[in-house]
Amino acid sequence: MGGLKFTQDHECIYVDGDIAWVGITKYAQDALGDLVFVELPEIGKQVKKKEYFAVVESVKTAAEVYSPVDGEVVEANDNMPGDPEMIAKPLKEGGWIAKIKMSDASQLDGLMNEAAYEDYLKTI
Amino acid sequence: MTQKTALHDLHIDLGAKMGEFAGYDMPLYYPLGVIGEHEWVRNACGLFDVSHMGQIVLEGAGAAQFWERLTPSGFQQKAPGRAQYTVLMNEQGGIIDDLIITRTAPDGFFTVINAGCKEKDIAWIQSQLTPDLKLTRLDDRALLALQGVKAESVMAQTLNLDLSALPYMHMTETKAVIDGKDVDLFISRLGYTGEDGFEISVPNAHAVALAKALLAHEAVKPIGLAARDSLRLEMGYPLYGHDIHAQTSPVEADIGWIMSKNNTGFIGADIVLPQKEKGVARKRIGVRLLEKGVAREGAEIRNNRDEIVGALTSGGFSPSLKESIGQGYIQTDLAVPGQKIFVNVRGRNIMAEVAGLPFAPAKTKSMKK
Repeated sequence: MGGLKFTQDHECIYVDGDIAWVGITKYAQDALGDLVFVELPEIGKQVKKKEYFAVVESVKTAAEVYSPVDGEVVEANDNMPGDPEMIAKPLKEGGWIAKIKMSDASQLDGLMNEAAYEDYLKTI
Repeated sequence: MTQKTALHDLHIDLGAKMGEFAGYDMPLYYPLGVIGEHEWVRNACGLFDVSHMGQIVLEGAGAAQFWERLTPSGFQQKAPGRAQYTVLMNEQGGIIDDLIITRTAPDGFFTVINAGCKEKDIAWIQSQLTPDLKLTRLDDRALLALQGVKAESVMAQTLNLDLSALPYMHMTETKAVIDGKDVDLFISRLGYTGEDGFEISVPNAHAVALAKALLAHEAVKPIGLAARDSLRLEMGYPLYGHDIHAQTSPVEADIGWIMSKNNTGFIGADIVLPQKEKGVARKRIGVRLLEKGVAREGAEIRNNRDEIVGALTSGGFSPSLKESIGQGYIQTDLAVPGQKIFVNVRGRNIMAEVAGLPFAPAKTKSMKK
């Protein structure tokens, strides 16, 4: 598949076999401002596409992070609650929030690639 | 239609992230960011645009008695120049708005009211006026707040105003030379941050020049409404519409200190005075989270049997304390600092405790001359 995928809610996803690594985009980070906490999902949690599985707390607000796909949380980034600024790192270098084992990878088919996401940002 | 303050274009030029607040397009934060702005105010000096707030003048015979009917505070004994934090009361003992009322003359008062309550307050005050009293809106004036330990020296160095003799909660009407022009200012030594500082009422026509003159000082940075909220939260100051409102009394809100022993005839006194005597079922308190997480307005407060005993009315992360704090109402028997409680955030109980307010000591000056 290659490359990252993006949702309209500003999640970014890296696909590694049947595992989706999920984080939030720079746009979302900038909109939230200074981050103070990330609430992680429990391992084994069953998630559904478009339901939230994590919450990112900034000084100003709390933002839910939605799953792009149905599946099961197989790993959560335990470093992140104490160091929420990690979310700014590239997804593969520590910026991921959780890894989700997908039950139907085709649910990602409608997501944007990086170029399409950049175009989308210009429209909002 | 969103309204703009006189400083709107300046905020844009300064790179502010703007957002709607009480019908105004206001700066939420600047490129420095909320935490940076918060710490800057605690360590140096920040400039806030609070021109969205309402400024009014009440004049005429019986003005002090009038304010003693609409609020539970005392005004007849106040010397000119003295400012009082108080609340407008409703008949049910609840709060219409909180406000600062400053005596400017034997029969004259200058008042600052919340932006979101402006029209409601003015209509209420108008409806209560006696024939001798006149209410004037100062819509032609902006309001800037300069807050922080360096505020006094900044005022001296940028405007050549020596305010060292102005006590806390006092106002002076003075002139300053701004951009080569003599400008009439109302300067009050007070604020909403717990820092020493001033609120400066300035004609709209000179507001930008005043802001630029203050911002030219290296100790001063512009601060948005987001940091204003985290600063006031650390001080335990209530925010109207959240921590106090039409269904909370001053006694429940634990601001009974605004009440004057000499004032027993205010609107709502029949409900509030017995509360002061006999106590109330719930009280406003501070809450400190003992575990990671952030609890915000609406989060339930629960006891160790998981029963709901109150709710948060404000909450967030404290940049100074590096922990999450809030305020809310809890049943009175639990309103004791150190009392262990839980706040429920998205179904999860987070360990917390009742905290005394403020969370950090205020650095305001003495009220004595």
